Amino acid sequence: MKRLEQKFRELKKEGAKALITFITAGDPDLDATCDLVETLVAAGADVVELGVPFSDPLADGPTIQAASGRALAQGVTLKKIIATVAKIRLRTDIPLVLMSYYNPLFSYGLEEFVADAATAGVDGVIVPDLPLEESYLLRSLADGKIAVVPLAAPTTPDARLAKIVASGSGFLYYVTVTGITGTRTSLPLELTSTLDRVRKIADKLPLAAGFGISTPEQARVIGKHSDAIIVGSALVEIIATHGAADSGRKKLFDFVGSLRQALDA
Amino acid sequence: MESEKQRTPDENGYFGDYGGRFVPETLIVALNELDDAWSKFRNDPSFQEELAAWLKDYCGRPTPLYRARKLAAALDIKEIYLKREDLAHTGAHKINNTMGQALLACRMGKKRLIAETGAGQHGVATATAAALFGLDCEVYMGEKDIERQAMNVFRMDLLGAKVIPVSSGSRTLKDATNEAIRDWVTNVGNTHYIIGSVVGPHPYPAMVRDFQRVIGIETRSQILEMSGVLPDVVFACVGGGSNAIGIFHPFLEDDLELVGVEAAGSGIMSGAHSAPLSVGRPGVLHGSLSYLLQTEDGQIKEAHSISAGLDYPGVGPEHSFLKDQGRAKYISVTDTEALTALRLLCRVEGIIPALESAHAIAGVIQEAEQLKDKTVVINLSGRGDKDVATLAKLESGEDEK
Ligand SMILES: Cc1ncc(COP(=O)(O)O)c(C=O)c1O
Repeated sequence: MKRLEQKFRELKKEGAKALITFITAGDPDLDATCDLVETLVAAGADVVELGVPFSDPLADGPTIQAASGRALAQGVTLKKIIATVAKIRLRTDIPLVLMSYYNPLFSYGLEEFVADAATAGVDGVIVPDLPLEESYLLRSLADGKIAVVPLAAPTTPDARLAKIVASGSGFLYYVTVTGITGTRTSLPLELTSTLDRVRKIADKLPLAAGFGISTPEQARVIGKHSDAIIVGSALVEIIATHGAADSGRKKLFDFVGSLRQALDA
Repeated sequence: MESEKQRTPDENGYFGDYGGRFVPETLIVALNELDDAWSKFRNDPSFQEELAAWLKDYCGRPTPLYRARKLAAALDIKEIYLKREDLAHTGAHKINNTMGQALLACRMGKKRLIAETGAGQHGVATATAAALFGLDCEVYMGEKDIERQAMNVFRMDLLGAKVIPVSSGSRTLKDATNEAIRDWVTNVGNTHYIIGSVVGPHPYPAMVRDFQRVIGIETRSQILEMSGVLPDVVFACVGGGSNAIGIFHPFLEDDLELVGVEAAGSGIMSGAHSAPLSVGRPGVLHGSLSYLLQTEDGQIKEAHSISAGLDYPGVGPEHSFLKDQGRAKYISVTDTEALTALRLLCRVEGIIPALESAHAIAGVIQEAEQLKDKTVVINLSGRGDKDVATLAKLESGEDEK
């Protein structure tokens, strides 16, 4: 959790924007996940999100659905992912955040999950199907141990947004589109002004914009109106197409590098 | 016994430990809007009068309560009454809910309806209401269900709805529901999602129950009129649980037994079943916390039932509550038992029930020994026309898949 706060503090001092990269844990397998995280770090990612595969990912589009399916077919579980994080922790200090639907956490046991995750070196958790009203228990158990990253959406009214930000920790995950995850060729026209408005209300937490961002140009534009951008499906697609061996990792490295450049430009 | 008030969900949509709202933030405002609209119109006489008129003149309510003397004799049970939801327009209880929700959607200014469907009955009922009220309608349906409920796919098409095949996961109701939620997240501004059972995030479980309560309200007054006393036991099949809660709810405060019948598929021990209340454990699926078929790691298991409408790994949160309270009892019957019950009802009463409803009858057969001197009501939730292709396949020895 400290790693997450520290990272955002450093970036702010440097006037730099955070590049948050998402991959599905266990796609194509958990050993590959360790290597892929290393590639992301080397290419300039500031935070890595690891998706916990779920049988019914109702906030995800086809790309992450398919990655989830591949990981589950490998027998990937939350327990194994936490063990993998412990291994990754031996190799890097990058902030690591798990993105999981609620049921795998609930089934694991929230208290146990928080304890095991924190011990392994997880810095935060994002739960896309756990809105403010349902998150109290997880937040209170996680307090001071791992961040519970809140989500806000274009449909969230301002007053609610303020409450969401006040309750959360780590950063605010602002969902840029009314929809599910997946690459998009164009983002909403009003997005930049929306982000400016959100930033005013959400000044307690770093503002990270995600869902649909898939090109360096989008990264550049949105980076100017937020503290961080989150890229997921575009990376998962590269891994799906090119694999996680040397050639696939090279493709991933180049693409993440291009996002980094655009964000720093 | 608790009061009616305590049984209504609390303001967060909880029935005891179950229910709630586990959905993406994008949908919260829409759920609040829906909750506000429903809170307003449920007590609005003009809304209720309009709905009642549609239910009467268009849907054919009240549906009869029929005393099935032949079935009672065949099973050696004192009295059996069938609540004939199969005689409601479109052939199942599902229309009670879709008329209510479509009317609500009109009042909320939504122009597009979406729905998920398993057996196709809810899809047909949604398509029907959409046609009647002039709304656009798209229905998500698993590919496996499209095969086994082909007639209902054709009916939806005739009614002007678009059926969208779902090829993910088990290609059944669970996956169709995922896809409908994804659509709603994307089109929440102009779209109302008509969930087909007492599942989903608050306020759906309570709202759908309220629309289905008409079944139990009618049954109660009909049986009092016909026999002068309340029944001893009420049976209903449980998929998501809407026909069951609809007939149970008005009897909750009465001294009688409520029995929900889940689908045991190929048998509970086989693992291929749809009986979360019988052998599942609490978890979160499709927006609410309830009993669920899941792996040790919290992945949702695929359900199995010969009946598409029961082929679902979850169940409405109020049933989980009634189970834990001990107020209702939940049993299960296999595919084979349901088929036997279906054939029996055809032969002795001349009624072809839906495969779903046949589970309720099979539940009565299973418990017949204890029911000898009892008056039993069975919710006959739908008619079996949609299932004749499945039945014909079985007769010709082809494997139902
Ligand atoms: C005739 C009939 N009965 C029962 C069901 C199961 O749903 P529920 O448990 O919500 O009544 C269905 C669902 O498709 C149905 O068509």
